[in-house]
Amino acid sequence: MAEVTFLEALRQGLWEEMERDERVFILGEDVGLYGGAFKVTDGFAKKFGESRVIDTPISEAAIVGAAAGAAHMGLRPVAEMQFIDFISCAYDMLTNYVATARYRAGLATPMVVRGPCGGYVRGGPFHSQNPEAAFLHTPGLKIVYPATVRDAKGLIKSSIRDDDPVLYLEHKWLYRRIKEQLPEGEEILTPIGQARIAREGKHLSIITYGATLWKSLEAAAQLEQQDGVSVEVLDLRTLLPLDDAAIVSTVKKTNKVLIVHEDTRTGGIAGEIAARINEQAFEWLDGPIMRVTAHDVPLPYAPTLEDFVLPQTDDIVRAARWLSKY
Amino acid sequence: MALPATRPTGAFPSGAAGAALSTDQLLEIYYYLRLTRTLEERLVALYRQTKVIGGLFRSLGQEGESVASAYALERGRNKDILSPLIRNLGSMLVMGAQPIEILRQYMAKADSPTRGRELNVHFNDLEKGYLGQISHLGDMIPVMAGIALSFKMRGQPRVGLVYIGDGGTSTGTFHEGLNLAAVQRLPMVVVGEYNHWAYSTPPEKQFAVKDLADKAKGYGIPAVTVDGNDVFAVYEATKFALDRARRGKGVHFIEVKTYRRKGHAEHDDQHYVPKDVLDLWSKSNDPMDRYTQRILAADLVEQKELKEIDDRVRVAVDQATDACVNEPLPAAESALPDVYVDPPAAEKLWFKAL
Repeated sequence: MAEVTFLEALRQGLWEEMERDERVFILGEDVGLYGGAFKVTDGFAKKFGESRVIDTPISEAAIVGAAAGAAHMGLRPVAEMQFIDFISCAYDMLTNYVATARYRAGLATPMVVRGPCGGYVRGGPFHSQNPEAAFLHTPGLKIVYPATVRDAKGLIKSSIRDDDPVLYLEHKWLYRRIKEQLPEGEEILTPIGQARIAREGKHLSIITYGATLWKSLEAAAQLEQQDGVSVEVLDLRTLLPLDDAAIVSTVKKTNKVLIVHEDTRTGGIAGEIAARINEQAFEWLDGPIMRVTAHDVPLPYAPTLEDFVLPQTDDIVRAARWLSKY
Repeated sequence: MALPATRPTGAFPSGAAGAALSTDQLLEIYYYLRLTRTLEERLVALYRQTKVIGGLFRSLGQEGESVASAYALERGRNKDILSPLIRNLGSMLVMGAQPIEILRQYMAKADSPTRGRELNVHFNDLEKGYLGQISHLGDMIPVMAGIALSFKMRGQPRVGLVYIGDGGTSTGTFHEGLNLAAVQRLPMVVVGEYNHWAYSTPPEKQFAVKDLADKAKGYGIPAVTVDGNDVFAVYEATKFALDRARRGKGVHFIEVKTYRRKGHAEHDDQHYVPKDVLDLWSKSNDPMDRYTQRILAADLVEQKELKEIDDRVRVAVDQATDACVNEPLPAAESALPDVYVDPPAAEKLWFKAL
């Protein structure tokens, strides 16, 4: 066992897949000799050569488009967005070209687009985004969003091996903040499409993913201690396709649901989850499905502003307390 | 109005035009030109009978550059790959797309290559070597760059050829893809089709350069402008560019000056196009007429041989039409599978079972 960070686990996953399968290659901005803006691909160009770790121009659409073309030919590209905020420049390529390829034309497009997302880091409006909702609406794409060190590794490996295009979102606040003992020599593969119960509970369920998993776990501990409320926390891990069975199961167990995400509220994933609970477990609810999300504003830079806009542990505690008394 | 000036094609050895093509090849090119035109005429008839479900896009006047550029490729299993646009029916036929596939596509038949999911020539067969476009113009440039990248990474002597229209060169993906391919020195050839109309928009509202070739030169890519209605010129330019790309010399851009002689699609009466210009292109610069006159005048083929091809094509298109025109549309629930490999099918919604 060795203690590794989230970032190191991601790096290990990429490295192992590059070693295992020569069809896997990386392309993106500054990913080569420099090793990536966050050093995720540090040392890769030296080990695997610059033909498999390709520095590209600042052209997100071309990065994703070229990855698609290479994937059609049987390669397994991993395209890095330097910050996931810039994925909007490749929105057309991903949604119109990549996501539809199998359905409309029978084309295999096994590829991963990954990049650092998320706030709590004073990154301002263009280095803090969570773009998942913009892609949730895209049949043909899969979206994974690991929250733990183990899943950072297990999901990148599964994403690379998946025969469908996968958007892998990695929260930069978690990169070096969380650590976990990972077994050496064991193949870690997190199945895509399966949520995980991060904490067992009886009275109320929090459904979340990404950085807010950790804030939800903090909140759950406080609620247990201060209120005697037993909170179950479900870490979704995959956002597309959603694990309906796991969602319905926790609702039936606790009968109250708080959905927490860092992305803004309107049109966010919480709305979709609430709709599914309404359709599949309405009779089991003992209270309204509530949401704790970012406010509906672009993410501001100043600490006072960012802290107010993004959901914090205290916000989750207050919301859960209100719901538990409903 | 004068025909567009064609630059001397100095970027490749001119030689005796067509000297490298055998009689059989000359006849084969004629066959594809005729097949393109006859098949489109058949599609017009089917469109008027409302058997074509969506729009119908003609390549009248552009068959020459389509067929000639594709004909220069190495064709067959695991050879070169091209990505056609809506007016490159001829290119697809050269690569091995079958008339019955085109007919089924337009009529949205269950047995069409996309099983009724996509329209017209938007389909592909990577083994035969063609990758259908999507409607977002420019997107196929980065995709073809990725295909060419796979050739380069694997050390394969293959080339990717991709078409872009004059209007399509205004898109961001065109520029991003071309630049990436140039920087990576990918084995890729881009054929820029200057057909004078992007739907109803003329070139002067589309860009401020004179030639599309100027855009390519801005990325350090060698570019040549050729007479797109001269089958031999297009063939030679493409052959030169392909050989160069195959030798690892990187991307090459070929601008073909041609003219779109029909509206954007069959519904468009192209009232915005001056009639005298259309007449001029039709009467004195039709790529098929020019090609036929040239090979006959040079005694390379006989009139009788061309007539035999015309007859053969008519019979083949008749047979293909008869074989599929009454075929069924796809079953409704066949809309659900294949969004993903896994899960294998989308969920059927609850109200369908009420």
